[in-house]
Amino acid sequence: MSETGILTGSHFMNGDHACAEGAIAAGCRLFGGYPITPSTEVAERLARRLPQVGGVFIQMEDEMASIAAVLGASAAGSRAMTATSGPGFSLMMENLGLAIMMELPCLIVNIQRGSPSTGLPTLPGQSDIMQARWGSHGDYRLAAYSPWSPQEIFDLTIHGFNVADRYRIPVLLMADEVVGHMVERVVIPEAAEIPFWDRKRANGKAGETFHPFEPGEDLVPPFAHAGEGYRVHFTGLTHDTRGYPDMSAEMHQQLVRRLVDKVERNSAKLEMSDDYEVEDANILVLSYGSTARSARRAVREARELGIKAGALRLISIWPFPEQAFNALADQMDAFIVAEVNLGQMITEVERRVRTSKPVSGVHHAGGAMLPPGPILEEIKRVAGHA
Amino acid sequence: MRDVVFAEAHPLDRIIRSDRMPHIWCPGCGIGIAMRCYAHAILNSEIEEQNQVVVSGIGCSGRVAGYMNIDSYHTTHGRAIPFAVGLKLSNPALNVTVFSGDGDLAAIGGNHLIHGARRNLDLTVICTNNFNYGMTGGQSGPTTPYNARTTTSPYGSPELPFNLVDLLAAAGANFVSRWTVLHVRQVIDDILYAFGKPGFSFIEILSPCPVGFGKSNNFETGIEEMRLYRERCEMGEHMPLSELGIDLRAERPIYIGRFIDRNAPPFKPVHLGPAA
Repeated sequence: MSETGILTGSHFMNGDHACAEGAIAAGCRLFGGYPITPSTEVAERLARRLPQVGGVFIQMEDEMASIAAVLGASAAGSRAMTATSGPGFSLMMENLGLAIMMELPCLIVNIQRGSPSTGLPTLPGQSDIMQARWGSHGDYRLAAYSPWSPQEIFDLTIHGFNVADRYRIPVLLMADEVVGHMVERVVIPEAAEIPFWDRKRANGKAGETFHPFEPGEDLVPPFAHAGEGYRVHFTGLTHDTRGYPDMSAEMHQQLVRRLVDKVERNSAKLEMSDDYEVEDANILVLSYGSTARSARRAVREARELGIKAGALRLISIWPFPEQAFNALADQMDAFIVAEVNLGQMITEVERRVRTSKPVSGVHHAGGAMLPPGPILEEIKRVAGHA
Repeated sequence: MRDVVFAEAHPLDRIIRSDRMPHIWCPGCGIGIAMRCYAHAILNSEIEEQNQVVVSGIGCSGRVAGYMNIDSYHTTHGRAIPFAVGLKLSNPALNVTVFSGDGDLAAIGGNHLIHGARRNLDLTVICTNNFNYGMTGGQSGPTTPYNARTTTSPYGSPELPFNLVDLLAAAGANFVSRWTVLHVRQVIDDILYAFGKPGFSFIEILSPCPVGFGKSNNFETGIEEMRLYRERCEMGEHMPLSELGIDLRAERPIYIGRFIDRNAPPFKPVHLGPAA
């Protein structure tokens, strides 16, 4: 271990542990959480690791308390996170809205399992995709990423903290149980090679003229932490640039519009995706997380049959990778969406395909990884090879 | 004719956001008195104002965070304590006070209240107890006396209330006291004492709510409820904790005082390595 506490080197570890190491590398210094399968290993690893680097691990009494403690730590200047799964994610929804409204950056990790309700605690699912986008009441935008490997959980944990701080938004890491528990090689770089985007900090003179919610051109207000002498007020109520409650429709429109715009206008910078065999493809398979591994295999096998299939992997599930999709859409004759739920991301694809080109889905309610077979079958059916 | 002297400013102007006045509280409400006691304690304290932080939940008392001219966080319903936990653990130099009401702290936030006390992190919790949900118009809550009338217990509350002092003592708080808004000196003293007291401190302040609670329970005005406090309050430090339940309508004393003052070790996160 280096002096920074970062485990530089090549490791063999599971996705949950890689997430914890990504947090250490990102400078996360508070984890507040509650045990829940299949995310518990994130908490367990951080319970060991945070005290070694001067950070704080605290096990809270429930998930509502976990996210509240994370937001408090964020307000005081720490990089802070929690990790959970479906039931706990549901309990966090109200304070996810508080993070949006108070513009408190944080990272929320959801290692998805079979749902709804208690569902399949130890088995995979990808059915919290729409909840990640719409789960808290009201209009808002945020960023959510879906890793497909332990290495990518590590990388996206760091990236997630950076995005959260730059835009003052909560960032969701929407992994699934397969990736959380999969053991693979994870390469952790030197501390100096780890990207770090700091928060835009208040640097005015503390006093009456400082408005803690006066945004800059990027629509992000500079952040004044607790204890810096700015005498800030943060509230979940609709507020003006001073942070003071303002119960008018005009102010509500102004505030909510800005909170949405600051993400939408930066959408291009938030989008992430990768593609496979798309150059000459006319059938596009879209997927994310562990399912993208099966999709790639199915595309490879389809190619062996002479079918021109390609794959687009959504790394950012929110925002939807608009640019990458648009660049490929015209050349395609058909779209297939594979996901471990009964039809969530497919609706995002359907509303983007404004032609008669078919959009079909390969869905499963959860409990097992979606294997390549059903995806290949759908590719063959669409290609007329059935 | 004597010379008239006008003060340039009130001493509390620096602690209270005067640009947010008038406040939202009803005539006869006691929360303003409790907030003034808190502001006085901050003024009298030797803790740097820069390090004073207040966290509130939702409700009438939750609005206190919006009126205090210090770093202030008006959070979600019931979650003030865990938010305060994050602030304090992130920056231990902060003196973090949670100021909220009985419904916010003991009903929707009840789990956080008892776990906060059990964990014994160094926080001060000021709980104004007006026996009902005032903000939403006078519904019954976790402290509403048995058989009291509210808009959601029109035939009298069928539930038994919490005895908050007994609850907090059992849960493990280092300091527990109860006063009313008549006892401004004791309240200021106890808030100051709690600032300096390591661990979890809980100060319950009984507060009139003539509009939400009083009018349906034969206390037409705030003054009437205050008069009742004056007549009925007795120092109860000798009483068994289980006897400290309150029923304003019953012909029995309202026990006040400092009930718990102990030195259980406060919560400290584990640190092994160099400071971050």
